[in-house]
Amino acid sequence: MGLAFAVPAAIYLCFPPRSRKTPDWVQAGDLTQLDLGQPQQLTFRRTGTDGWKIAAEKATAWCVKTSDRDVIAFSPWCTHLGCAYHWDEQKKQFLCPCHGSVFGIDGKVLAGPAPRSLDRYEVKLENNAVWLGPVRGPGGTAL
Amino acid sequence: MKPFKQVLGEWLEQRTGAGTAIRNLLYEDIPASAGWRQVFGGVALFLFLAQGFTGILLALNYAATPGDAFNSLTYIITEVPAGRLIRGLHHWGASIMIVAVVLHMTQVFLYGAYKKPREVTWMAGTLLLLLTLGFGLTGYLLPWDNRAYWGTVVTTQIAGQAPVLGPYVERLLGSDGGVGVVTFARFFGLHVLVLPAFTALLIMLHVHLVCRHGVAPAPEETGPPKTFFPGQAWKDVTAVFAACVILFMMALFVQAPLDRLADPTDTGYIPRPDWYFLFLFETLKFFPGPLEPVGSILLPTLAVAALFLVPFVDRRQATRLTQRTVALGVVVLAAVGWASLTAAAVKTAPQAAQGPKASLPPAADWRQLLPAELAGYGYFQQENCSLCHNLSEGPTKRGPNLATVGTRKSATWMIAHFKNPSQVIPGSNMPPTDLNDSQLNALAGFLLRLTPSNAGAWTAAPPFAVKGAQIYDAKGCGKCHKVNGVGMELGPPLNGVSSRHPRKWVEKHFADPAALSPGSIMPPFKFSPRDMDALVSYLFSLPETPRPGPK
Repeated sequence: MGLAFAVPAAIYLCFPPRSRKTPDWVQAGDLTQLDLGQPQQLTFRRTGTDGWKIAAEKATAWCVKTSDRDVIAFSPWCTHLGCAYHWDEQKKQFLCPCHGSVFGIDGKVLAGPAPRSLDRYEVKLENNAVWLGPVRGPGGTAL
Repeated sequence: MKPFKQVLGEWLEQRTGAGTAIRNLLYEDIPASAGWRQVFGGVALFLFLAQGFTGILLALNYAATPGDAFNSLTYIITEVPAGRLIRGLHHWGASIMIVAVVLHMTQVFLYGAYKKPREVTWMAGTLLLLLTLGFGLTGYLLPWDNRAYWGTVVTTQIAGQAPVLGPYVERLLGSDGGVGVVTFARFFGLHVLVLPAFTALLIMLHVHLVCRHGVAPAPEETGPPKTFFPGQAWKDVTAVFAACVILFMMALFVQAPLDRLADPTDTGYIPRPDWYFLFLFETLKFFPGPLEPVGSILLPTLAVAALFLVPFVDRRQATRLTQRTVALGVVVLAAVGWASLTAAAVKTAPQAAQGPKASLPPAADWRQLLPAELAGYGYFQQENCSLCHNLSEGPTKRGPNLATVGTRKSATWMIAHFKNPSQVIPGSNMPPTDLNDSQLNALAGFLLRLTPSNAGAWTAAPPFAVKGAQIYDAKGCGKCHKVNGVGMELGPPLNGVSSRHPRKWVEKHFADPAALSPGSIMPPFKFSPRDMDALVSYLFSLPETPRPGPK
């Protein structure tokens, strides 16, 4: 009898909730907003779920236009402990203020404790619109 | 050297006396006449503990504020693994616990087990019955669905009728300004803090008294006392096990009700209390108008007082059950009264209110829908409404099913709700839509036409038709043309256009109407090839003759 209660309780508390698929792609900006080789933070709204809440939340991405038809979009959080980093115009590097991680314009770790390169959004270009999908972490897993 | 288990046992015994206590409990003497009829108290205690357990689990995924309460419960039911089961256990556990408590009391009453020296045990038991009902009453509000909201509106207003104390009780329940956040907080606090604490204390007192006075013996015991263990202990465990099986069966196979989100503007809603309060609800009908407090306050108070004072009313020596004719009569009367009142309440329960019947015949085919209705479905998809809403009846997603919304709500209400959901339904979790007024009209038109049986008409519509209808609606074609009998007659009706003109002609006609039909007042339209294709394909797939329009 104890098991009859304990097993559902354990499933209830320890298994992840079934998440409903939300449309992952959102138009974050326009190619014409971006300058070649110049990282820029795009701010956009996307619908997210937080437990039982559905909220249109603000999201950002550091976008680098690498050619006329190519854009890289980095997740705005440092891969070390999740602080927000910024682009340092003088040094031409992404700097994290928390523990001093430094990333290159390609997202690679140049210095500091960060364990891996910056995570990237999936990017789709449609005419000039920049569409961002889910953020892919190491090994291509959705974050 | 002694084995470790023995050392540990002796250590515990010395420090806590636990071993002796358990032994005293298990080998307590009980009368030879004790048997199956004494199992219900144990079942009630077990159910109380089970309710505590499942209640705590629910609280770990629950937001105790109106609106969010409903959303988080929906989340528990639809998304958390085993959530539906846990909620079912808690919901049905309440009902089964009430059954167990009532059976326990009936048994004690019938056998006169409340007689000296067990009067206080009985009175504590009566209070425990009230607390159990209190759990049911306060827990009823917590899902914050329509059922919960309207049920609580009635309950709190009954409390407000109490002579002298009414206004104070209402203030205490936070319902003097209507049922809202304050009432919710009070009910939640009562349900999870106040009532459990009092119940636990009273159970301790009750069980302590049972141990102190022992199980009530029959007037003439047939044999020497026996020990609680093993005979009676196994009977108790078996009964608890049976209750447990019933509870799990109900939780697994009977869906616990969850109505749509509480809507204080829903005037069509007919509240019904849970089954164990139905008899009170029916009693109210005997006391119309100014007499109402007699049925809602006076009679229940008298009944509770009478129950509480039973040991002082009946002070005779204990006798055999067959000689307790008065007690038997009271139980039979109470049972018959309760059953007939409940049956009457169930029988007179009106069916869910039906709104005004749609004036249009039910559409079985998307070709018979009005362009706006079809376009509305396009906006429904575009806004991802289907993430949270089902169009047909059955299991709900995060938001309510929409199959019957057209009979319950007006277009005005819908549009106001689409624009600012939480203003129209406080606590609504729905994000506002990004549609303009004409698009919102189309969306409302779609929902007004939708019934539980015709959602297939829309879902079967090919994408080009939905797109075409959206263009037709957005460009205001209906301001001059008729489709399916609805629209204006400045221009020709568009049903049957496919037999009047070739496709190429129609496409050219959009670009320069006057060139192809001299004297036409239709303005030129420029469409992208994709839009043109969708619109013309849609118009060409309309039925040749419109079906009869609304009278």
